[in-house]
Amino acid sequence: MSILDSKIPEGPLADKWTNYKNKINLVNPANKRNIDVIVVGTGLAGGSAAATLAELGYNVKTFCYSDSPRRAHSIAAQGGINAAKNYQGDGDSDYRLFYDTVKGGDYRSREANVYRLAEVSGNIIDQCVAQGVPFAREYGGLLDNRSFGGVLVSRTFYAKGQTGQQLLLGAYSAMNRQINRGKIQAFNRHEMLDLVKVDGKARGIIARDLVTGEIERHSAHAVVLASGGYGNVFFLSTNAMGSNVMAAWRAHRRGAFFANPCYTQIHPTCIPVSGDHQSKLTLMSESLRNDGRIWVPKRKEDVEAIRTGKLKPTQLSEDERDYYLERRYPAFGNLVPRDVASRAAKERCDAGFGVNKTGEAVYLDFASAIQRYGKEKAMTSGMHNPSKEEITKMGEEVIESKYGNLFQMYEKIVDENPYKSPMMIYPAVHYTMGGLWVDYNLQTTIPGCYAAGEANFSDHGANRLGASALMQGLADGYFVLPYTIGDYLSHDIRTGKIPTDTPEFDQAEKEVKDRIEKLMSGSGEHSVDYYHKKLGKIMWNKCGMSRNEKELKEAIEEISVLREDFWKNVKVPGTVNSMNPELEKAGRVADFLELGELFAKDALNRNESCGGHFREESVEQSGEQKGEALRDDKNFKYVAAWEYKGEPKDAELHKEDLVFENIELKTRSYK
Amino acid sequence: MNLTLKIWRQSDANSKGKLVDYSISGIEGDMSFLEMLDVLNEDLINKGEEPVVFDHDCREGICGACSLQINGEPHGPDRLITTCQLHMRKFNDGDTIYIEPFRAKAFPVVKDLMVDRSSFERIQHAGGYISVNTSGNTQDANAIPIRKEDADEAMDAATCIGCGACVAACKNASAMLFTSAKVSQFALLPQGQVEATERVLAMVNQMDEEGFGNCTNTGACEIECPKGISLENIARMNREYLKASMKG
Ligand SMILES: Cc1cc2nc3c(=O)[nH]c(=O)nc-3n(C[C@H](O)[C@H](O)[C@H](O)COP(=O)(O)OP(=O)(O)OC[C@H]3O[C@@H](n4cnc5c(N)ncnc54)[C@H](O)[C@@H]3O)c2cc1C
Ligand code: SF4
Ligand code: FES
Repeated sequence: MSILDSKIPEGPLADKWTNYKNKINLVNPANKRNIDVIVVGTGLAGGSAAATLAELGYNVKTFCYSDSPRRAHSIAAQGGINAAKNYQGDGDSDYRLFYDTVKGGDYRSREANVYRLAEVSGNIIDQCVAQGVPFAREYGGLLDNRSFGGVLVSRTFYAKGQTGQQLLLGAYSAMNRQINRGKIQAFNRHEMLDLVKVDGKARGIIARDLVTGEIERHSAHAVVLASGGYGNVFFLSTNAMGSNVMAAWRAHRRGAFFANPCYTQIHPTCIPVSGDHQSKLTLMSESLRNDGRIWVPKRKEDVEAIRTGKLKPTQLSEDERDYYLERRYPAFGNLVPRDVASRAAKERCDAGFGVNKTGEAVYLDFASAIQRYGKEKAMTSGMHNPSKEEITKMGEEVIESKYGNLFQMYEKIVDENPYKSPMMIYPAVHYTMGGLWVDYNLQTTIPGCYAAGEANFSDHGANRLGASALMQGLADGYFVLPYTIGDYLSHDIRTGKIPTDTPEFDQAEKEVKDRIEKLMSGSGEHSVDYYHKKLGKIMWNKCGMSRNEKELKEAIEEISVLREDFWKNVKVPGTVNSMNPELEKAGRVADFLELGELFAKDALNRNESCGGHFREESVEQSGEQKGEALRDDKNFKYVAAWEYKGEPKDAELHKEDLVFENIELKTRSYK
Repeated sequence: MNLTLKIWRQSDANSKGKLVDYSISGIEGDMSFLEMLDVLNEDLINKGEEPVVFDHDCREGICGACSLQINGEPHGPDRLITTCQLHMRKFNDGDTIYIEPFRAKAFPVVKDLMVDRSSFERIQHAGGYISVNTSGNTQDANAIPIRKEDADEAMDAATCIGCGACVAACKNASAMLFTSAKVSQFALLPQGQVEATERVLAMVNQMDEEGFGNCTNTGACEIECPKGISLENIARMNREYLKASMKG
């Protein structure tokens, strides 16, 4: 028997959440005033949780490393947020969203959690609209939708290409209301460096004021970690530069199990890498695949000519182009899920068809959409004989109204006009599905320590579909945690304030200070970035889009050597008691150096291909799916939850077996 | 490219700062401005000096963290972009570039090029929200139809990233463009109407309390705003404010 208790409520799938809510213990409003909750992270998950918990009456302290909650990485999400509203009448329902999400995650997520997510998804949209989030509207004044990769209905709500920004500003405004009421105390430019446990329960954190360098103690009856994902372990990713694993990793070291660390989503439509100095990758929203067609030249000679600048992509005729997604996956075409699109791009580039200098780019082409929209527009505006130029112009205007800011962003970075010449794209690390293991209540294996949003492992399985992370972050924060945490806190109404002058806080603070001292005392051979970049290269080359046993073993070895070198030879300039971004980075990279090894170890253990995780040893050998990823349900239908035992190599694996009662496990086919 | 950089160094809010010269080589056109600073910092660290502190995070023009006054202009020479979206191809070999923090009384320097913009936060705490509970029982989203034009206009105002370039560009260090963008978003939507009076009064009062200057309609803010927030918002906020003052 696994020691992991998922606490999934009894009863039929569709009734679980309602039954659960009817039975849990509630905290009376007068008692909520005596209970403190710490929320680490103010992205969509943390911001929405903080606002709601404060509104309910708890005293909330929020922490984030930036100068404002509204700068959390969630701000960057472009494409949209899913919800099963069926406003389009195309057959959407809670069940269908649930089904798509479980299937999209390659049957590696928990049915009960995902169903709940689908169930509350509609409420999220209602909530955000009530807060004044300016979602896109149709001419009749109703909400507009678009569709995202991997699904056949149109259920994605969006605010231009800035959906994350608008949703975060919505959550932030809800926080502002509570800050104004004195119910939230916001500690901005503060970083959580450790979790403090008292009698086995999470009772506070140690944080560093990033401006003064002061180490602070903060106590609470429960701690919510909503600190985001760890994609930056790859150094190059679409994540914000500060995104890190520290809060989750510190909790892991204190006893929270870390689940499925090797599950990473690689996003197919990013701007390709241009050089060694590059600090991050820029995503082009997946919504572009609604209208853009992906191709590479059919012939190698054309590839050569394009690379050397002798040929322009626009000069190639239709039959000289290989629309490889449409060719291989006729049912979904350019809208196949992200892992499929990413792998297919890599396959073409590895075969020598990449179209940029480095050979790592494919085209995303809007020419036919421009023509199609142009003709439609001409028709609806009553033009009978529009010229080719007029059609193109009108088509470009439609494309601009849909994706203008993305096109502008592309042009600024690449210095090429994407209306006139197809965009170049390549896959990049984007999202991490792994994270702290949580039960149905979103509680980690440490009582009183919760994890929400990208920081937890739940809901997305081995692969995240588009527009589902925003949904999950807000579902956790607005609608799930406020209930589940209440149930836990109902036992704490007589506890009283948690003191911070106790041996547990003394000890945690001492360890934090020692660690900082140690980071500052390296021999000074190399900068923090030097190590981070090295780690990133190992991760991308050996734990990236496709993996094999030999390289994973090498990665584990290389990372542990690199980690040792880091602690001996890193150079952190400046002082401890002042603003010191290098020290901040050093602390984060130190954790990445441990997580990276666990990541590789988890990948090595999972000898199957699933979701975004392609294992070269596990490939379909025959039939229609020949060459596609081969999942192994018999041996790997579980969540891998790792217990900290010192060095990552000693981490102990616990398995949560996944039970599917409502969905039949099928081979994922997007043919 | 080889460049000479004149960078503002200041160890904290209470110290005096000064411009320090650095020369840097091997800069390529497709580097972003911040990547150029990364290269400089790597050099400085390797030489045992303290790297230059500046604010940044998303590096794709959306979080509003990066600031920098470049050759006297917030976010540098290009239009409609943030500093992280500025690329070195906009500069020439041999250029001298002045890099300073955003200057305004309400934005004290934290260190080097990093400033404290929490005055913006307090303006939003004062009323930048619609009071609605997150109960899960809000009315159906489509029960409030909103004209597409209004939703689009609200969206245009809502795209403000709170970077503070408008303040840095203004000779009076006025925060009118920022505050008006926030007020406008809610003023344009039906959900925002109920509290409109209190909101605009509270936000404008807070803005004045924070020590931002007055708006004298010079329009520099609009020119430097990376998100193209329009001066119309200021006009709208003034109307809202007048309306509210007469009521109040
Ligand atoms: C470019 C891009 C586009 C995307 N587009 C979409 C999309 O269209 N649809 C979609 O559904 N998803 C999208 N995603 C994914 C989605 O944006 C994220 O998964 C989601 O926003 C994560 O939210 P979060 O609240 O969990 O964490 P984040 O928003 O990452 O917030 C983390 C918070 O934790 C704080 N923090 C971290 N560590 C510490 C610490 N040690 N101490 C104190 N504070 C700390 C940070 O300051 C921050 O406030 C996109 C992601 C990217 C990168
Ligand atoms: S109005 Fe423009 S310049 Fe001012 S804070 Fe907003 S985005 Fe920045
Ligand atoms: S770093 Fe986010 S806007 Fe520049």
